[in-house]
Amino acid sequence: MNGRTAVLNKLRAALGVARDDEARTQAVAWRLAETPTGVVPARGRLPEKDRVALFCEKARQVSASVERVASIDDVPGAVSAYLRARNLPASVRMGTDARLKAMPWQTAGSLKVEPGPAGPQDEAGVSFAFAGIAETGTVLLYSGEANPTTVNFLPEHHIVAVDASDIAGDLEAALSAIRQAFGKGTMPRTLNLITGPSRSADIEQTLLLGAHGPRALHLIVIDGS
Amino acid sequence: MQITSPAFKENARGALADPQLQRALGHVRSGFIDKRKVAVDALPEFDALRESARAIKDHTLTHLDLYLEAYERKVEEAGGRVHWAETAEDARAIILDICRASGARTVTKGKSMITEEIGLNAFLEKEGIRPVETDLGEYIIQLRNEHPSHIIAPAVHLNRDQVETDFRHAHTHLPEERDLSEPVALLGEAREVLRSQFLAADVGITGANFLVAETGSSVIVTNEGNGDLTQTLPKVHVVVASIEKVVPTLEDLSQILRLLARSATGQEMSVYTTLSTGSRRPNDPDGPEEYHVVLIDNGRSAMLGTEFQEMLRCIRCGACMNHCPVYHAVGGHAYGWVYPGPMGAVLTPALAGLDKAGHLPNASTFCGRCEAVCPMKIPLPKMMRHWREREFERALNPAVDRYGIKVWAMFARRPRLYRLATSLAMPALALVGRRKGAFRRLPLASGWTQYRDLPAPEGRTFMQQWRDRSVSGGAEI
Ligand code: SF4
Repeated sequence: MNGRTAVLNKLRAALGVARDDEARTQAVAWRLAETPTGVVPARGRLPEKDRVALFCEKARQVSASVERVASIDDVPGAVSAYLRARNLPASVRMGTDARLKAMPWQTAGSLKVEPGPAGPQDEAGVSFAFAGIAETGTVLLYSGEANPTTVNFLPEHHIVAVDASDIAGDLEAALSAIRQAFGKGTMPRTLNLITGPSRSADIEQTLLLGAHGPRALHLIVIDGS
Repeated sequence: MQITSPAFKENARGALADPQLQRALGHVRSGFIDKRKVAVDALPEFDALRESARAIKDHTLTHLDLYLEAYERKVEEAGGRVHWAETAEDARAIILDICRASGARTVTKGKSMITEEIGLNAFLEKEGIRPVETDLGEYIIQLRNEHPSHIIAPAVHLNRDQVETDFRHAHTHLPEERDLSEPVALLGEAREVLRSQFLAADVGITGANFLVAETGSSVIVTNEGNGDLTQTLPKVHVVVASIEKVVPTLEDLSQILRLLARSATGQEMSVYTTLSTGSRRPNDPDGPEEYHVVLIDNGRSAMLGTEFQEMLRCIRCGACMNHCPVYHAVGGHAYGWVYPGPMGAVLTPALAGLDKAGHLPNASTFCGRCEAVCPMKIPLPKMMRHWREREFERALNPAVDRYGIKVWAMFARRPRLYRLATSLAMPALALVGRRKGAFRRLPLASGWTQYRDLPAPEGRTFMQQWRDRSVSGGAEI
């Protein structure tokens, strides 16, 4: 008997149920199809303006830095100012996301944009978030042809642009937007929910920023689109 | 790993006499409790979420076979493979096969308690494959050849200077005169050393906090980002997960995620919550080419349908041990296996056997704080009591204890006899102990008097005093 049959048989024996119990099958099929919503905290249920403000506040509480710009055309300038202020080389790693590509990078002076997945030498990476989540100050990114996952983890500085109108109140709303974008039950290879820069408290419970992932997370909220 | 739970008493004695450990345990007492409280108080819906999460898990557990099958279908649709392991041994063999097939020499690992449970590291080493732990705490204890002493803070039993000594010992390629006096320097050094390991590994092994049946996703929740590098950079990603990790839908996942980080570290959300589904897609620029999930039973199915079923709701947040006075006193290693604290006292006898872990359910003051803080509302004290009963039935206690309990039971069933015996014994003890007001030694009570004096009775029993009071106060007995 293979492992699969053995484990499933043990489970059914322990539960005292038969493989083909109609009521159980129905109950499971219903839940998977209907995806009932549970308790959603009231804190995210806000009009857009307040929702965006909550997102910014929550993100700052977890040590992300946040700036707001009026339009996507302002993002390249904001990125290059961020790098300059920290004495970082004027170079960023970036996927080929259409929204990023549409930005006027040539206006950002000498800023060099390196397309493709990140390597260990990259100091700064830029991504465009699929959504923000106001209740916790989280950004949601997914992997795909134009969005390498390594950009989110290898560079020391991760700069994430997020459209204010993509900021959801709560986790459920952001995940159901994913469900709509990809089709029910279908997912990209990787979905990253990122809440602040990486950290560790493994030595004497002292909280330190910059463990294996980025030391700094900079969010650029685009207000006017 | 070698189980030392049978020696819990000796382990505990050693732990209490270890000044380094006692200093380190101070961080548990001070850190976790306050942070959790702040986060919980800031979310008015916290208790409603606990109820919701409990209902989700109870529903899932009673339909576990079907949700696992649904989960498996979705993983395979997304280009992944699911392997089923009845035992730890089966799981190790499956993982070794996957590593061999990809010609792996080095595997990086994200933090995972289940791989501790199945003793994966020692096994892989024996087979000539080098496992590299990448979570900072896990990395430190791997250097020391130790095991985690806490399920979310594996190195919580250590102090900074011990870590410095270990790093100087292990990283001999770095200049001797470097300054490691601050934790931040230690973190920086670990980051540098592990970077090259991430990039060189052939296989990345992670655990899973959750598996989502609706989408076939495995979910890891971390703060450091090591789990993500572990599962993104190598060409093979292996997820090792026990069968009770499955939840039905993304909505159900959302409910429980709100409880996990708050209960564990007092964060509202951990830094990285990552859902992985299948292997790299045709045009993806990065990510693993192969994605395997090893589903492990290893004793869980035997808990279903018993008084221990509710333990399978556990999400491994660690709140129960963070609030446990026994854990605070002796730390995690004294428990002698992978899972310490109250959750370990319930889980270890179930998974490793009551004959080996029979002492653990006694390592409790029954103060009830574990149950009060458990986000999944697991009745830990009740289950510890079940184990005690089973232990007694199986006559695993020393003969004197069993005899003592039998005598007590005899009296308990005969209240008059009990009253008579105590009314005779109290004046007698009072007489003997009157001079000092306490006993330093008493036959049959050495378990108490070895560590503290037993106050001598005043001469009247509780029942007698109660009766007198009731007469004046009018109450009935
Ligand atoms: S028993 Fe409860 S408190 Fe303890 S680790 Fe499990 S979920 Fe957390």
